[in-house]
Amino acid sequence: MARIGVFICHCGENISATVDCGRVAETIGKLKHVAYSTEYKYMCSDPGQTLIKDAIKEYKLTGIVVSACSPRMHEPTFRKAAAEAGLNPYLCEMANLREHCSWVHEKNDMTTEKAIDIVRILVEKVKINNALLPIKVPVTKTALVIGGGIAGIQSALDIANTGHKVILVERSPSIGGHMSQLSETFPTLDCSQCILTPRMVEVAQHPNITLYTYSEVESLDGFIGNFTVKIRKKARSIDEKDCTGCGLCTTKCPQKKIPNEFEEGMGFRPAIYTPFPQAVPNKPVIDREHCTYYIKGKCKVCEIVCPTKAIRFDQPDQILEIQIGAIVIATGFDIKRTDFFPEYGFGKYKDVIDGLQFERLASASGPTGGAILRPSDGVVPKNIVFVACAGSRDPAKGIAYCSKICCMYTAKHAMLYKHKVHEGKAHVFYMDIRSAGKNYDEFVRRAIEEDYVNYIRGRVSTIYECDGKLIVKGVDTLLGAQPLEIVADMVVLATAGVANSGAEELAQKLHVSYDSHKFFAEAHPKLKPVETNTAGIFLAGACQNPKDIPDSVSQASGAAVKVAALFSQNELTREPLVAFVNRCSPPLYSTCVGCFLCQSVCPYQAIEREEFKNRDGKTIKTVAKINEGLCQGCGTCVALCRSKSIDLHGYTNNQMYTEVMALLNVY
Amino acid sequence: MSEFEPKVVAFVCNWCTYAGADLTGTSRIKYASNVKIIRFPCTGRIDFMLLLKSFANGADGIIVSGCHPNDCHYTSGNFHAKRRWIMFKELMDFMGIDMNRITFSWVSAAEGARWAEVVNSTVTRVRELGPYVSYKQMVNTSIEEEVTHA
Amino acid sequence: MKIGIYPGCSLNGSARDYNESVFAIAKVFDIELVQIPDWNCCGATAAHNLNKELSLALPARILALAEQNGLDEVLVPCAACYSRLVVTQHELKVEPEIKNRIKKVIELDYRGTTKILNVIEWLDKYIIPGIEEKLVLPFKHKVACYYGCLLVRPNKVLNYDRSEDPQTMDEVMRKIGADPIYFPYKTECCGAGFSVSRTDIVSKLSGKIIEDAEHRGAEFMIVACPMCHSNLDMRRPDINQYFKTKFTLPILFVTQALGLAVGLSPKEVGLQRHFVPVNIDS
Repeated sequence: MARIGVFICHCGENISATVDCGRVAETIGKLKHVAYSTEYKYMCSDPGQTLIKDAIKEYKLTGIVVSACSPRMHEPTFRKAAAEAGLNPYLCEMANLREHCSWVHEKNDMTTEKAIDIVRILVEKVKINNALLPIKVPVTKTALVIGGGIAGIQSALDIANTGHKVILVERSPSIGGHMSQLSETFPTLDCSQCILTPRMVEVAQHPNITLYTYSEVESLDGFIGNFTVKIRKKARSIDEKDCTGCGLCTTKCPQKKIPNEFEEGMGFRPAIYTPFPQAVPNKPVIDREHCTYYIKGKCKVCEIVCPTKAIRFDQPDQILEIQIGAIVIATGFDIKRTDFFPEYGFGKYKDVIDGLQFERLASASGPTGGAILRPSDGVVPKNIVFVACAGSRDPAKGIAYCSKICCMYTAKHAMLYKHKVHEGKAHVFYMDIRSAGKNYDEFVRRAIEEDYVNYIRGRVSTIYECDGKLIVKGVDTLLGAQPLEIVADMVVLATAGVANSGAEELAQKLHVSYDSHKFFAEAHPKLKPVETNTAGIFLAGACQNPKDIPDSVSQASGAAVKVAALFSQNELTREPLVAFVNRCSPPLYSTCVGCFLCQSVCPYQAIEREEFKNRDGKTIKTVAKINEGLCQGCGTCVALCRSKSIDLHGYTNNQMYTEVMALLNVY
Repeated sequence: MSEFEPKVVAFVCNWCTYAGADLTGTSRIKYASNVKIIRFPCTGRIDFMLLLKSFANGADGIIVSGCHPNDCHYTSGNFHAKRRWIMFKELMDFMGIDMNRITFSWVSAAEGARWAEVVNSTVTRVRELGPYVSYKQMVNTSIEEEVTHA
Repeated sequence: MKIGIYPGCSLNGSARDYNESVFAIAKVFDIELVQIPDWNCCGATAAHNLNKELSLALPARILALAEQNGLDEVLVPCAACYSRLVVTQHELKVEPEIKNRIKKVIELDYRGTTKILNVIEWLDKYIIPGIEEKLVLPFKHKVACYYGCLLVRPNKVLNYDRSEDPQTMDEVMRKIGADPIYFPYKTECCGAGFSVSRTDIVSKLSGKIIEDAEHRGAEFMIVACPMCHSNLDMRRPDINQYFKTKFTLPILFVTQALGLAVGLSPKEVGLQRHFVPVNIDS
């Protein structure tokens, strides 16, 4: 006989403000098989959990329903509490009274009625729940870090320093990411390359790190602790072992007019190139799309000049298959380019540039050697306008969020400009200045007070060209909303930070969620900012949302700790919510008829064939069998099975039908 | 108060729509309380016999919702659900089941507001359609017919 | 070929030249333009600031009459009328409740199926495809295409061209041999509704538009809105006084330029009605 305990949580007032918890507890208490029903202010608190544990023991409960928040929030908490009281954790269910009831409905009788129904459904379900034992799986103690920007570098180094192997995959020819493009960094104005390149070298030399640049994740299978990743190592067209990185080929290549990605299109590179002088690895790559040999079938100048004969024109892409246990996604971000803004010239004005382009102009290693020269004619701009929030916080542009880094880097840009062009005038159009961070606001004040940057609170409606000047039309909202026109030589748009190209595709390959802006989604906005909803996959840096360097590095270290914690165990326990094929006595063995339709729909190849043999060794019957290590419990096979021979622990046919019947008050 | 309050059963997947409905809650977006949610690991798990069972036992409307195409936590469960739905829809329509009573939709974990919309529009529609008594009548008539034929 | 036309108040009044050029072109291309019988005011500039229901009912009645008379497509040359009609169609589509109420108000059935064409859309669809054969005097001039506010805004509702830096009129002008200049003022405000009440504002705003176009070497400014035309053309003496200069840039309706290109006489397209003299020396 089932003896069910029901625990109604008030969640402070979150539930009790709209749901009459007392009435719910009382009504549920009268149900058949409910041995105990009570309410409490905070079930998840220590006394709340103690209350549950004591009740399990005192009333010899055979199942409990904790009616509180979403099971996605606290199911593990209460299942653990049940286990501590000696009740199998899978005999604990949660009724979602907060997210699905009290928070979404008004305070009235119907809401309380609905709460009662929700609890009742789960009471009926838990009555027929089975005790389940966790599944143990081994852990492969190698981590995969995707993305070689500062977040990926930090994560890889931190994991490697705990003694575990790391595979670092970067899709461009060198690690370094956007940080390697920056000139100086806020709020200290120290040179970005100077602090980054030692880290890059450390990655290359670390015995625990295997670096795959010019490589991309092709596919991912498996589950936490036991992933198999396929990596496409794109053909570099050189032999990395033979190449010494002397760079002779890059100076002799006849193709010299390819827009340089690293310089944000403001410089040129040859077809065989290293992205920048400090690249790691410092080995060139042939851009087959632009290489004369691949286009016309002849040239091979690089092959002729190479002193070590390292050029390999026929090198194919390589697919590597590697076993890993955890993944850190650190694929970073991108920015909107100037062509996104019709009102600012659709990218057709050469002297309207974006923030990354300004970084390259200001960088000592950039196309101008650090001199601020406008791209159209190489003249020093005397009047420069910075437009903050270009695209950001603009729902009409589809980007409602704040890109977070622009306020700070705009202040930095204005400062760098003033430090280099003393007599020049710098204007900043801004909506609000968001400079929350250590020494951040002081930095912005310095730009305004010491470097005399003219901060104008208002937005820019349009920019157009007239007689070789850029007319910037805006408004000064602090001076009675006066329309304002500035005749500028150059304009820098602090364009919105957006998800990196290919983020959506990668998310789909890795089966992790992403938000409507294609940023990767964290498992919980506050308490699990580093985890994804997929166990064993973590996030670091701006792939989650725009972040500055300190934030990215902190999160990268956080992700590394999560990986290290995972790797500190030899075995993982997995939720036993997997499918199973029924078995019965011979001669039937199972109601499964062996059609194996289930095999064709299983995304994890978790369905195997089991043969039953007679004494002579002859196969009498072949039926399906679930590999519990591979099964992830999606249940597609269950819905498909014609003879209803497969079922899913935790979501059995019996349980699901019971829920429906309970919901409709049949019970 | 005498207005008809339909009973709507929502079959949702754990990873997208259930989480999306959680987000509706955390965003405090209000919606009709007529809907009650049954959680599945994946829309691929949803046996469409459950839909018939629901109608047979007095449901007035049904929502089936999961992850958007390509966003399935299990890679392809939602595609199987979709295929099954396409077949099943035709069949149910043929059998005389009122397809206006079923909403099949994708609601992701980020679409809290959309979940409220899906629920509200379904409830409004079903409320206009009235109680689904014709299902029981239909089933009963066919049983009677069978009996008389026998 | 039969297409409905909604002239609105301007085309029978201050913008008769626009009306004449539209009909003249239609005739050249064998298109019969049928006025919507018993049409009424679209409510432009005033109604939607005062009474939402009225501002929707007026255009809804026009559209309902078009439906009743079997006019599936209606050309609306005036940009302000065009805006009101499209906005109404959109509002009634997304708000069925309002639609039902408006239907009662206008005492006519309304389905919202009419395709509303602005002048550029109309040219694009019916004139430009056959322009090559009829082009006798290519309009080889530097022109500044001025769109104004209502032709391309609000973008979400009109879903026509891009609201910043629109291109459709430039394309039409290219097709008749003109050279549209780079013109950043193409969607700036001309002063519009202040035409009567605050001519000083009109002078300032319209003057800037003309100044920039002249500065960039435009020989003509091309418009597709009677309001823009009257502000830029009829108010020219005020503008010149305000700017203490003498702007000579003529303002043509897009249909006038096109009409000349297909061989219509200046009089047929109504050029004699302009305040700023137009000298066509080709």
